[in-house]
Amino acid sequence: MTTTHGAVLPDTAPQQDGALVELRNAGKSYGNIRALHGVDLAVHPGKVTCVLGDNGAGKSTLIKIISGLHQHTEGEFLVDGEPVRFSTPREALDKGIAAVYQDLATVPLMPVWRNFFLGSELTKGPWPVRRLDIARMKQTADEELRAMGIVLDDLEQPIGTLSGGQRQCVAIARAVHFGARVLILDEPTAALGVKQSGVVLKYIAAARDRGLGVIFITHNPHHAYMVGDHFSVLRLGTLELSADRSEVSLEELTNHMAGGAELAALKHELAQVRGVDVEELPEEEDLTAPVKTSPAPPAYPASPEGTS
Amino acid sequence: MSMTQHAAPAVTTPPAPGAKQTDGRTRERPLLLRLLARPEVGVFLGAVAVFVFFLIAAPSLRQGSSMATVLYQASTIGIMALPVALLMIGGEFDLSAGVAVITSALTAAMLSYQLTLNVWMGVIVALVVSLAVGAFNGWMLVKTGLPSFLVTLGTFLILQGINLAVTKLVTGNVATDDISNMDGFDQARALFASSFDVGGVQVKITVVWWLVFAALATWVLLRTKYGNWIFAVGGNKDSARAVGVPVKFTKITLFMLVGFGAWFVGMHQLFSFNTVQSGEGVGQELIYIAAAVIGGCLLTGGYGSAIGPVFGAFMFGMVQQGIVYAGWNPDWFKAFLGVMLLGAVLINLWVQRTATRR
Repeated sequence: MTTTHGAVLPDTAPQQDGALVELRNAGKSYGNIRALHGVDLAVHPGKVTCVLGDNGAGKSTLIKIISGLHQHTEGEFLVDGEPVRFSTPREALDKGIAAVYQDLATVPLMPVWRNFFLGSELTKGPWPVRRLDIARMKQTADEELRAMGIVLDDLEQPIGTLSGGQRQCVAIARAVHFGARVLILDEPTAALGVKQSGVVLKYIAAARDRGLGVIFITHNPHHAYMVGDHFSVLRLGTLELSADRSEVSLEELTNHMAGGAELAALKHELAQVRGVDVEELPEEEDLTAPVKTSPAPPAYPASPEGTS
Repeated sequence: MSMTQHAAPAVTTPPAPGAKQTDGRTRERPLLLRLLARPEVGVFLGAVAVFVFFLIAAPSLRQGSSMATVLYQASTIGIMALPVALLMIGGEFDLSAGVAVITSALTAAMLSYQLTLNVWMGVIVALVVSLAVGAFNGWMLVKTGLPSFLVTLGTFLILQGINLAVTKLVTGNVATDDISNMDGFDQARALFASSFDVGGVQVKITVVWWLVFAALATWVLLRTKYGNWIFAVGGNKDSARAVGVPVKFTKITLFMLVGFGAWFVGMHQLFSFNTVQSGEGVGQELIYIAAAVIGGCLLTGGYGSAIGPVFGAFMFGMVQQGIVYAGWNPDWFKAFLGVMLLGAVLINLWVQRTATRR
């Protein structure tokens, strides 16, 4: 499985000062609900940072902070080393941070080319008669989509008629076209079949090879491990694991994702129930790989975030 | 690159068998079906049907002057139906649009008369008031996140009350005083409520304004950034915001456009009749919304056109005058409208399903 992942240099620790986007001990509360707490995360150019977690672990809150939809309430959020606080996604986009969402990537009833340029439309002519440069937009959209391997007969067709994978790819192509330096992908493979997921993973790798910093949100450790350079597992709003590729195996990652320590504890209870096979479940001591509960100091030396 | 070879999930992209050089999965749909998928085509056919029906039922409608009356009737609805339609494409509607027309006319009439100002002063202040009402609606909407039904229902009631109470307070009457002798009245009347001669038939200037605004609205909707944003905020507000569309700006300005329309129609009423009845306008908002819906705009937003409501308003004018010319009891008008509305919605639904089915 990891053979598809040729371009990664797993042993290169990311440079601390080269981070495009960095969260230091960041958190977010909605009223009295603490959705996210003490999260450290760094995104480097040409690297894929995977954020994993179960439903409700705080993944969406995390990306909403980075993409400017919400503001953090604790800790620091730095872009290029400068503390920032975005009040709209537009500000994040202006800094080169583009998000591709699982559910709100596009406006279904609008044609493909209008979706591609939505919010960044090309225009021509002086102000009172400034109008959309439709020919140029259609041509550019077609070129960019073809470059990603999506060939559409009719860019006028509503984007809602495309398949999920195609829509994701349109959104990724759009983000890359508009000069994103950091690409946030929110569960791009969640609703896709195996082959379609492969296509999306290929574009993640392509974006990484173009030097973009990629934040890949997923709850599929297999997909994450195929392209990831760094893995952060969220649980109940805090970091359960933050490890480089060299420090964690797919199996460990899967165990952490599947519930990790909780599952091991559950094993003992299940062992008393007749008919439940617990032989295959991991023991608690198998799960002592670089586990970290922020904001405690890191338990492993090579962590890029822990030193901040 | 392999994207196009394997089949997509059947829910989103059904595999069309037709062979095509580039993709191979989409087939060119027949021209007729593609035409029918346009939002304004259903209403166009409906308008033609109503037109033909009344030409047969009411022979006196065939005269030029009758047609001018129909067009005039249509224009007073149509001018408001345009911004209401744009707002609807933008995902909201405005229940205060009907009484806002009267608010605007009352403002101009009372201000000019009571302070003995040039009527243009009143006209300009009325514009400011109308835009402010629109801006208030929009601002309340984006600030509170309440549905536009509630926000504008509130404004509707507020304006309705203010119209009656303030008019009575200022003039001691339910109507404003006649302003036809005031400075600037003739100029303003020429702009808002004059007529001109076309081959011996007197045509109201509002018909011209209506068509000019319709052309402008169509251009804005289909050819400008702002038009793109209107479709986007109505189609999927969150997506639009996430890709950098100024959703709040778009929504507020759409409400202000309705305010502009209300001002224009209000000025027309004022300079046609010289005086304004403070209790009017109630119920008109539903006529505007109906014209937009008949015109093929989706009530939930994200879909529609500016040309559709032109035909929608024309249907209204046609029915309203047609009933009179046919010698029927005008009480039937509303019943006829209801049938027309339901019929148009059903036809639109059927046409869209047929045309977009693959």
